[in-house]
Amino acid sequence: MGLFTATVSAIRRSLTRTREALGTPLGDLLGGRSLSDAVVDEIETLLLSADLGPTATTLIIQELREARRAGRIDSGSDALEFLTDELKTRLACPDRGLLFADSGLSIMLIAGINGSGKTTSVAKIAKSLHTSGRSVLLAAADTFRAGAVAQLEIWARRLDLDIIKGARGADPAAVAFDAADAALSRGVDVLLIDTAGRLHTQANLMRQLTKIRNVLAKKIPGAPHEVLLVLDATAGQNAIIQAQLFKQAIDVTGIFLAKLDGTAKGGIVIAIHDALDIPVKLVGLGETADDVEIFDPDTFVEAMLGVEKS
Amino acid sequence: MFEALSQRITDTFRNLAGRGRISQDNVREAMDEVRTALLEADVHLQVVTQFCEEVAQDAVGRAVTKSLKPSEEMIAIVHQRLVQLMGPVDSHIMLVEPPPTVLMLCGLQGAGKTTTCAKLAAYLKKSGRSVMVAAVDLQRPAAVEQLAVLTSEVERDAPGAGSIHFYAEPDKCAEYGRVTGVAVGVSRRALAEARRLKVDALILDTAGRLHINDELMAELGAINAALRPQQIFLVVDAMVGQDAVNSARVFHERLAIDGIILCKFDSDTRGGAALSVKQVTGAPIKFVGIGEKFDQLQEFHPQRMAGRILGMGDVVSLVEKVREEVSEQEATHIAQRMAEGRLTMDDFLTQLGSVRRMGPMKQLLGLLPGAGSALKNIEVDEKQLDRLEGIVHSMTAGERRDVKTLNKSRVKRIARGSGTTPADVNKLTRQFQMMQKMTRQMASAGVGGPLKSIGELSRTDSTRMPGVQNMPTLRAGGSTRTVSVKQRYKQRKKK
Ligand SMILES: Nc1nc2c(ncn2[C@@H]2O[C@H](COP(=O)(O)OP(=O)(O)O)[C@@H](O)[C@H]2O)c(=O)[nH]1
Ligand SMILES: [Mg+2]
Repeated sequence: MGLFTATVSAIRRSLTRTREALGTPLGDLLGGRSLSDAVVDEIETLLLSADLGPTATTLIIQELREARRAGRIDSGSDALEFLTDELKTRLACPDRGLLFADSGLSIMLIAGINGSGKTTSVAKIAKSLHTSGRSVLLAAADTFRAGAVAQLEIWARRLDLDIIKGARGADPAAVAFDAADAALSRGVDVLLIDTAGRLHTQANLMRQLTKIRNVLAKKIPGAPHEVLLVLDATAGQNAIIQAQLFKQAIDVTGIFLAKLDGTAKGGIVIAIHDALDIPVKLVGLGETADDVEIFDPDTFVEAMLGVEKS
Repeated sequence: MFEALSQRITDTFRNLAGRGRISQDNVREAMDEVRTALLEADVHLQVVTQFCEEVAQDAVGRAVTKSLKPSEEMIAIVHQRLVQLMGPVDSHIMLVEPPPTVLMLCGLQGAGKTTTCAKLAAYLKKSGRSVMVAAVDLQRPAAVEQLAVLTSEVERDAPGAGSIHFYAEPDKCAEYGRVTGVAVGVSRRALAEARRLKVDALILDTAGRLHINDELMAELGAINAALRPQQIFLVVDAMVGQDAVNSARVFHERLAIDGIILCKFDSDTRGGAALSVKQVTGAPIKFVGIGEKFDQLQEFHPQRMAGRILGMGDVVSLVEKVREEVSEQEATHIAQRMAEGRLTMDDFLTQLGSVRRMGPMKQLLGLLPGAGSALKNIEVDEKQLDRLEGIVHSMTAGERRDVKTLNKSRVKRIARGSGTTPADVNKLTRQFQMMQKMTRQMASAGVGGPLKSIGELSRTDSTRMPGVQNMPTLRAGGSTRTVSVKQRYKQRKKK
């Protein structure tokens, strides 16, 4: 797709930096060791610490044990390879590219729970698209949180982009509608819509989100073309149900995994991918508009397990 | 995805003989369940391991109280220990003399600091304290505006006599990384202003930061050194996973935090991070944030938290919610009728009304035990409740007083009047009579309260818990259960 300069090493840098701070990489740990129960336990610990969750972890460990029993693996490095493959397979996705309209205006809807990183992520995506030569319009449809519109306005100014905004308390669906109108009449390539944070348990707010989606779909067939759920990489098991309910409400087409520059591993996306088949498309690695990368499952998994790429 | 822990433990004990004592063997299996439950709840792995060891040691050899089954005894032990670890309750904000007391909020990005500042201001205002809120997050775009708006809302709308002030230096804001350190000066000047105005408390809203960002952590350290805040609160997102311990540990090492505030607790997260963070910092959990409005700050209750972490639902919160909605008089009235077994359809209607006033059923269900997964994913059929109300409304006063007077033709009439079928009406009356019978028994057990009977009316099974008898489990009619992760894995494997 060529939209992002996928400097794969950036993710690894941030992930390995934290690995180093936190413990021995699994690669070192397993190296030449035989696959004792103690080693399996260590693997389990690692998966659990990465927020894979007990369900997914148990299954992977079971498969590991089965493979050992069947004689398919018998050393630590075999196990490592098995594990890496297993996790990569779980994250496999034929096309991780952002979705655009075949021609004309493309609309991207950005949603997620409070504070997950939506607005910043909008800025990041906008900058990348803009840099790659597309014209971008921003829509501030978070009319609920104090200062939210101002926040996106500041980004628009920094990135030298136009913005359509609603007054505080305005109907976000109406803002989205107006923004789509403006985007059409100005002939821009991409409209990015930032929405208010909401908990997946707030049925009325989730319905509001559905309404935004419906309004867009009615106006432009096929819109919104991309629907990104912004997930915080520190999120725990609750993110599964979060993703599920957002998917129900707005048919999420991809995940933006924000804040992967911390020490959290973001392993929950593996469980989410498994359960809901939502691919991770982009990762956020900091607070500036440049801190974004295309999600690369190999790097992600290797960094998570502390395996150095040969 | 998650059955109530109590059910799972009960299952592990089911086939075990030797009921009188908890043995090494039966405890091990039960602890496996506990371990999974805690991990599902995002309690940190090491905390889980230690917890399970301690509890197992404590449990082995314990004679089971006569009135309890071993499984119940086991859950009681687990529950007690959790409560113990998360307590004590301490929501007091100590104010010093001479004022101002400086409160500093810190934490990761997006945890909920700014909103919490406004909530604390409202909390202090209520008790008549004057408060200055200072915006020292110069980094996130429009963080200052956000706090300014929230503070003015607190000043305008929050109850209480205390005056509210706002301090900011908007011209100091700049892009990420360009303002590091500037917040120290702003904090200093905010303190000078707070002194000049003689406010009781100064609340500092700091920028969110990663614990591994040394420069930004050093900035917090500098503010700490310059202002010597009396209270430093770490704001934690209740939905955070295993990494919670890493960030909390570093924040604590650098700042010696005095308390924890958990945010976004109105979600359905089990919130195990609370335990992890409490364990690594030793600092008390002061408050929980349960919504975006400035009055949605609650004191922390270890009991409820324990139940929630264990996936047993937050029954106490639910009961409390009911209490808020149902007048004291109404409650005693109903309790008395229950005790006498004279509960009528009118009482039922009142109760249903009270429950529905509390908010959408779906939200309430989130607080219920066992609602952990299955119920939350489904849209509760509010229409079903409308129908129930409709049926009762179509009854005559006499019929409502005594449903036994209903005969075939009356049932038909009621069904027609309420747009339902006779089968619907019969079902309701049958269940109602069952409920009448139960409430009579339960009233003597003492838990009482209007909630229970509503729960009983549509319950599918009741899970008996020590201390919380007959927790209601609502069933949403005609819902589809979502496929659990585990099941999906199994399906995948079959393919
Ligand atoms: N370290 C880091 N911080 C981020 C990232 N994305 C967003 N943030 C920060 O998280 C906080 C909340 O982000 P915001 O975009 O306002 O979240 P929203 O409420 O979902 O719109 C802000 O302080 C952002 O700077 C990321 O990838 N890494
Ligand atoms: Mg936002």
